Amino acid sequence: MSLPLVVLLPFLGAIAAPLFAQGGRTAIAIASSVPALIALAALFPHWSVLSAGGTVLHTYEWLPTLGLSFSFRLDGLALLFALLILVIGLLVIIYSHYYLSAKENVAKFYSLLLCFKGSMLGIVLSGNLLLMLIFWELTSLTSFLLISFWTHKQDARRGARMALTITGGGGLALLAGILLIGNIVGSFELDDVLAAGDQIKAHAMYPVALTLVLLGAFTKSAQFPFHFWLPHAMQAPTPISAYLHSATMVKAGIFLMARLYPALAGTEQWFYMVSFTGMATLLLGAYIAMFKHDLKGLLAYSTVSHLGLITLLLGMGTQLAAVAAIFHVINHATFKASLFMAAGIIDHETGTRDMRRINGLWRYMPHTATLAMVAASSMAGVPLLNGFLSKEMFFAESLQLNLPGLWAWLPPIVATLAGIFAVAYSARFVHDVFFNGKPVDLPKFPPHEPPRYMKFPVEILVFACIMVGVFPTIAVGPLLYSAASATLGGDVPDYQLAILHGFNLPLLMSFLAFFGGLLMYTQRQRFFDFHAQLREVDGKAVFEYAVSKIEDMAHTFTGWLENGSLQRYAMLLVVSVIAVAIMPLVESGFYIGENGLSPVDWPTGIAAGVLIVSALATALWHRERFYALVLLSVVGLIVALAFARFSAPDLAMTQLSVEVVTIVLLMLALYYMPSWTPMESSKSQRIRDILIALAAGTGMTLITLAMLTQPFSSISEFFLENSKPGGGGTNVVNVILVDFRGFDTLGEITVLAIAALGIYAMLKNTALTPPPGDGLGHSWTRDHYPLMLRQIARPMLPLALMVSAYIFLRGHNLPGGGFIAGLITSVALILQYIASGMVWTEDRIPFRYHNVIGLGLLFATIAGAGSLAFGYPFLTSSFGYITWPVVGKFEVASALIFDLGVYLAVIGATLLALVSIGRLSPHSAIKSKMEGA
Amino acid sequence: MELLFALVIGALTTSGVYLLLRARTFPVIMGLTLLSYGVNLFLFASGRLATGQQPVIGTAESYSDPLPQALVLTAIVIGFAMTAFLVVLSLRNLADNENDHVDGRRESATPPSKLEQEVSDK
Repeated sequence: MSLPLVVLLPFLGAIAAPLFAQGGRTAIAIASSVPALIALAALFPHWSVLSAGGTVLHTYEWLPTLGLSFSFRLDGLALLFALLILVIGLLVIIYSHYYLSAKENVAKFYSLLLCFKGSMLGIVLSGNLLLMLIFWELTSLTSFLLISFWTHKQDARRGARMALTITGGGGLALLAGILLIGNIVGSFELDDVLAAGDQIKAHAMYPVALTLVLLGAFTKSAQFPFHFWLPHAMQAPTPISAYLHSATMVKAGIFLMARLYPALAGTEQWFYMVSFTGMATLLLGAYIAMFKHDLKGLLAYSTVSHLGLITLLLGMGTQLAAVAAIFHVINHATFKASLFMAAGIIDHETGTRDMRRINGLWRYMPHTATLAMVAASSMAGVPLLNGFLSKEMFFAESLQLNLPGLWAWLPPIVATLAGIFAVAYSARFVHDVFFNGKPVDLPKFPPHEPPRYMKFPVEILVFACIMVGVFPTIAVGPLLYSAASATLGGDVPDYQLAILHGFNLPLLMSFLAFFGGLLMYTQRQRFFDFHAQLREVDGKAVFEYAVSKIEDMAHTFTGWLENGSLQRYAMLLVVSVIAVAIMPLVESGFYIGENGLSPVDWPTGIAAGVLIVSALATALWHRERFYALVLLSVVGLIVALAFARFSAPDLAMTQLSVEVVTIVLLMLALYYMPSWTPMESSKSQRIRDILIALAAGTGMTLITLAMLTQPFSSISEFFLENSKPGGGGTNVVNVILVDFRGFDTLGEITVLAIAALGIYAMLKNTALTPPPGDGLGHSWTRDHYPLMLRQIARPMLPLALMVSAYIFLRGHNLPGGGFIAGLITSVALILQYIASGMVWTEDRIPFRYHNVIGLGLLFATIAGAGSLAFGYPFLTSSFGYITWPVVGKFEVASALIFDLGVYLAVIGATLLALVSIGRLSPHSAIKSKMEGA
Repeated sequence: MELLFALVIGALTTSGVYLLLRARTFPVIMGLTLLSYGVNLFLFASGRLATGQQPVIGTAESYSDPLPQALVLTAIVIGFAMTAFLVVLSLRNLADNENDHVDGRRESATPPSKLEQEVSDK
């Protein structure tokens, strides 16, 4: 339990900390320290296991099918990083307490800081790679929020965005890499992955997986060519720079490489990719650091350079180099965090970070100056300080690389050169700031020492630098051993943490670097002049250019894809469907299944022939809209016949009545529309469309044929068996609709209702003037409501209503039911509108169709909810028999009420739609006005 | 019989898709109607083609599959709702943009006066 607690505590603290903001800055700083203190106490008891080379594992299942678990794992490496995160985190909180002014939003600051701390602890303590990735992305997000803490600064916002883009992009690559590794190993658990190193390295996908994982590590740890985000991240408040961007987060990439060292390292690809990236970063960072006038800029590039150094060490692939890398992680974190804090103090006290203006501060703040000078000496690699020890190990390892021929000289030369630059920029940090004449035009003058305890964290870190430098074995020996053992999979080489290894080549390199660096600093003006001639590649400009280019491309692509032409979208849609289906279709081809074909009888064959011809003719003559519509109605009628022919009487009745309503609807629409479609598409476009249509049609034919000739089994046995005993009806289709699948039907009549209301709303205040004639020069007939039609239509209404009542009532047992009865009633009413006109009909209809729809839905819902009252689930139906006089024994099912709802909803929706269109005409406009008055 | 049925669905799809790709609303609506006939027949056919086996208990010796029929029955009604909605959408488009082009833009399509000119020329 203690490991998840360690990760969870900072997040809880992040929620709790703002509550203490009311209590003042001290209260919130103390509250924010609590999680780290508890976490340290929780980690302490595990040391006995770890020092014996063991690991602690706490696993809780989360999504086992994905291989994702809440798995927390503590070993030497994890402990080392956890301690760095917790201890430096504590120091940063103390420091921030003095650094932040009273008007800053401290609640946000500490809350984000704690979130970051929790995420970072999550990375190092995760025992599952996917879980680690989640925390990895969380650090990118919190880093983004912390860099842009001062949201009013444009540079801060831009820097934050850049950092997020680079590290977030790297996170995506890492995700892909981790998925590949998980695929190779068959597990995302760290223990399994570390044990499967040989399996991973032998796998064909290893190069890809390694590249992706390294992309993640390099972006996070600001390796060349992704290094440029780190200097721009320095827009963050200085405690954040000290904590995230030098001591912890940027080390996450290093941690990842060390963590997966047993699984991924030791191949040629690892060696070349990691060591050369490290070398380039080391040299580039050290070189640029020398020319930065901004204190934090210098430190930022120096950080880039040191991260390159550690990467190079890890890339060398030797065990000693790995030990040196881990050692340098500790040392760099201590001296660089203290230097950032010192820079923050100087910024705080002088109001600027420009080294051309800050000079001679020794006179004003000797205490701070001493601390900064010790830390800077450690950075330069001066003996008796920790930086010297790991740098010495680095020099020694650079000589051990067995590169062929003259290449063997490259690593030591690069190492010495970088050493020279490091000494030079460290010297500049010391001499330029604390000596070198008098301050120039400082915003705050005279500067003085900061509050006593603002220096306290710096003192602790500097003390650590000296302790490690003088008594390395006592100070970090066991911890380093445990971490190295975890990194190398238990195989730790012999190494000595001595201050001096005798007079050897590495020591000579150190001397060379030291005096070379000092010489370079004294001659700095020449180098500045030389550097000024170079055209520095501005990473930020390149980045912004790339981003705007990508944006432009996205715009162009979107514009090309979404050009506003519905015709084109429809084409793309159909083509995509064909593209998806084409592979299996080509494979199966003209496939006839086991059941074979059955013979065709003459009437069916003729009907099918008429249907095919009418359908194709509809498409062929679609310009003549009226004729096309007549042909379309032929198709619809034959479809109804087909349903009747193939044992679906309910469908046949539904199709027939819907067909009538649809054709009336389309005729009505055609009254307002042009009756003729202009020829707009070019010939090539029409040929293209014909080919697409033929492909779709052929595909559907093949699929249908293959399906129809397959043997099949259906779940419908259940419905057939239970229809009568369970649903109380013999018409299985109707029982399914109102009983078994009643909820679906409720949904469907709701959709119907919404469509009708949508139609009403769309046409409510719309006026359309129909063309004066039919487009072929004929004017409309003057006889609006023909006498014959009227005389036949009126007596039809009661007859039709009686038929629909009959169809409705028998629906449960024989073909019929609410849908069909509703459509029959609608057709009968529509006939009255057609024969006698809007005004006449509406005068005689005493209700609004909206209410009919509402009533229908209400009935259906009540019928469903009724069962709830008796303790049954929604829409459970019950039935019984009553004996009516004359009619005889009659079955009453609660499903009948539901069906009544369907009936009403169908009538209401159908008529509302048609009447709304009918109202558009000028005759009825008068009527509408009267109605409104 | 199966081949004939498949050809019917193929013809409905071909005509439907071709009309769906036209530039004016009315043919597109007709195309969708044809397409929905095809889809309904296809869905219905997933219960296989049976003669004289209507799924009404007691009226036949064996029964055809009632489930696709129930699905298609609602599909027909919903299909009608969709058609009606589209028809009205195109009428509204006609009212707002004075043309019946599917893109729903006033300027891009031929204005009705010119359209009528064409018609009277014909």
